Amino acid sequence: MAREHIEENLYVSGHTACAGCGQSMAVRIVMNAAGKNTMVANSTGCLEVFSTKAPETAFGLPWVHSLFENSAAVASGIELALKQQGKLDSTKIIAQAGDGGTGDIGLQAISGMLERGHDILYVCYDNEAYMNTGIQRSGSTPFYANTTTSPVGKRSVGNPTIKKPMVEICAAHHIPYSATASVGNPKDIEKKVKKALSIRGPKYLQIHVPCPLGWRSDPSKTIEIAKIAVQTGLYPIVEYEYGKLANVQKITPKPVEEYLKVQGRFSHILKNKEALEAVQKVANQNIAYYNLVSQ
Amino acid sequence: MFSVLASKGKTSQANKTGSWRSTLKPKYLQKNCIACNLCKFVCPEGCIEGKEKNKYSADLDYCKGCGVCAYICPKKDIEMVPNDKE
Amino acid sequence: MKKFIEGSWAMADAAKMCRPQVVAAYPITPQTHIVEHLAEFVANGELKAESVNVESEHSAASAVLGAQIAGVRTFTCTSSQGLLLMGEVVFCIAGMRLPVMMICANRAISAPINIWNDQQDSISLRDAGWIQVYAENNQEAVDLVIAGYKIGENAKIMLPIMVCVDGFILTHGMETVDMPDQELVDKFLPPYDPPYKLDVNNPISFGLLGDPTVYLENRYALHKTLEEVLTLLPKVGAEYKQLTGRDSVKLVEEYKTADADTILVAMGSVCGSIKDVIDMERQKGNKVGLLKIVCYRPFPKEAIKKVLDKAQYIGIVDKDISLGAEGALYTEIKALADSNKKVSGFVAGLGGRDITVKSIQTIIESTKKEVNRCKFIDLKQELLWDEFKVA
Repeated sequence: MAREHIEENLYVSGHTACAGCGQSMAVRIVMNAAGKNTMVANSTGCLEVFSTKAPETAFGLPWVHSLFENSAAVASGIELALKQQGKLDSTKIIAQAGDGGTGDIGLQAISGMLERGHDILYVCYDNEAYMNTGIQRSGSTPFYANTTTSPVGKRSVGNPTIKKPMVEICAAHHIPYSATASVGNPKDIEKKVKKALSIRGPKYLQIHVPCPLGWRSDPSKTIEIAKIAVQTGLYPIVEYEYGKLANVQKITPKPVEEYLKVQGRFSHILKNKEALEAVQKVANQNIAYYNLVSQ
Repeated sequence: MFSVLASKGKTSQANKTGSWRSTLKPKYLQKNCIACNLCKFVCPEGCIEGKEKNKYSADLDYCKGCGVCAYICPKKDIEMVPNDKE
Repeated sequence: MKKFIEGSWAMADAAKMCRPQVVAAYPITPQTHIVEHLAEFVANGELKAESVNVESEHSAASAVLGAQIAGVRTFTCTSSQGLLLMGEVVFCIAGMRLPVMMICANRAISAPINIWNDQQDSISLRDAGWIQVYAENNQEAVDLVIAGYKIGENAKIMLPIMVCVDGFILTHGMETVDMPDQELVDKFLPPYDPPYKLDVNNPISFGLLGDPTVYLENRYALHKTLEEVLTLLPKVGAEYKQLTGRDSVKLVEEYKTADADTILVAMGSVCGSIKDVIDMERQKGNKVGLLKIVCYRPFPKEAIKKVLDKAQYIGIVDKDISLGAEGALYTEIKALADSNKKVSGFVAGLGGRDITVKSIQTIIESTKKEVNRCKFIDLKQELLWDEFKVA
């Protein structure tokens, strides 16, 4: 007889994620919110590696991993099979990946899946770099973050580009629902997963998940750091419906310094006035673009 | 002929990650708990059990000692204490 | 029923009769007619399936992977660049033990870009763990697709199948094909019933991380299972012959080898041409024969060796080349031949260069006269320059 917490969860203990891993927090919330009548196609990444080292798996629902960039395409195939078997009405399908597997190498497959209108929820666990392979920069790495392939040095202040706006790119496909969420507000993740799964058609949900190892942050502060990210305007929490911005979470903006100072990957910015201003500018642009400040 | 390609659900429970803890572990004071369920909801290991007030606890066989539960408890009813303390 | 139809139609019809439920399509010449016909069948209700137009071949292979692990029979089709683009998925499908069916309409690989036939594409993926068979004509293509499903889906096998057909030559060639009827195919090929699949009532995780403690055994199991196909394929072929009268499903085929002193070895449609030339040569008293390889992977060593032993001169025709070395078929066949045989390797037909009666006669002559490891046939010297120059 399994222990109570093993019985109650669709993603269970024994996985080898780092202590305080935001992604492991989020995936359990997502799986539980989706329920047992869900099939999951997972991309290569931290999640798959720390959850399913043969002969074990932490997942308690039907789950398949194949390659890095194709979970959206694999999920498309699953959806069609279920359609043929008459099981699509009673079964949910989730495709999930990290930010690299989503917005970089996975962009083609997602675009195809969204364009074809499959009844699939795509979840991106955004820890803002290729963490599984050792903290390399991705299209989702924020401005001036220090990663192994965008290192800080005499000639560099870190990653020189802003985050690829995946939630907007997906929304531009005019899908029913495209949204961001954060482990800074765990209940909101559950709410959004349930909302998304109640809609038929393609959906995109991107969850901000701090990585204590890659971000050089305190594992116990994973939730707090994610909250501050939202409060600075650096991670807008938004919902798009059919291509139109439908909801934003209003904030009373905190200065970006509050967010940067609790992570080692930004420590070089704190002593660099110009860099700090540049990062604040990114936050201000988000605030203006999404109209994040309550009037 | 086949080999290990697939696993039945939830077999990771065999891996007792509680052995990872070196510094801190959560102590559930069970005094002011309001059963908000937040600790259970956010635990990255999903190893917290409980349904009623003051009856929540972390399964130390799996707990990695991250301290997120102590952080989130609105009543500060969870303390992170030295791992080797009883 | 005998029909005079384009090869693509026959192949699509064969696939249709096997009742795949998910077909993934992406256009690339010269396979496109096959998936177009299947789309028509779905559109007019003749085939109850989902035909999905994915955004690349990588996704086509990924979609059939997903559909297959979700428990349905699938079909996809590609050539050349498309096959290479789905390369990692091809390896993955075999590693995950999913009996996906693919027709590869063999086409040359860039660069230079060339849409015409050679076998470099499928041969380049021979290591992937798929059952690979090569059809000489459209009848064989039809029969190998139908039998291929049955072989791959065997619960002890569970391996993907690649039916290779020479692009344009077979896909666009009009031939008389005896199409089996639906009833026969249904009798021969039962509904897909896999020993494992995604199921909410039996939650299993597939595609685990296989670290050094488990990976080796997985590959050994795959390898051993492919070898088991060497026993199963002829059995299924015999069953198919009983139902249809046709002998298409076999490991190898011998043509006039019994008393041959010279035997050519080849795969695919060129075998038809070689048979014609053999008939001509036999008229002149030339004792030539052909060993046609139908099943390339798994590699039927024993069946091949038996035939090689008969002749003194062996000429291997490769419609491919392992650049910097020699033809792939040559490497594998040469290793089987006794050391006292005179074994020559020929590279012909790359990029759709016609293999003519004269080409084959040249090959036969050369095989008898000299020993060459890698002789290119019909090379145009005027197109070979010492220095780069713009044409």
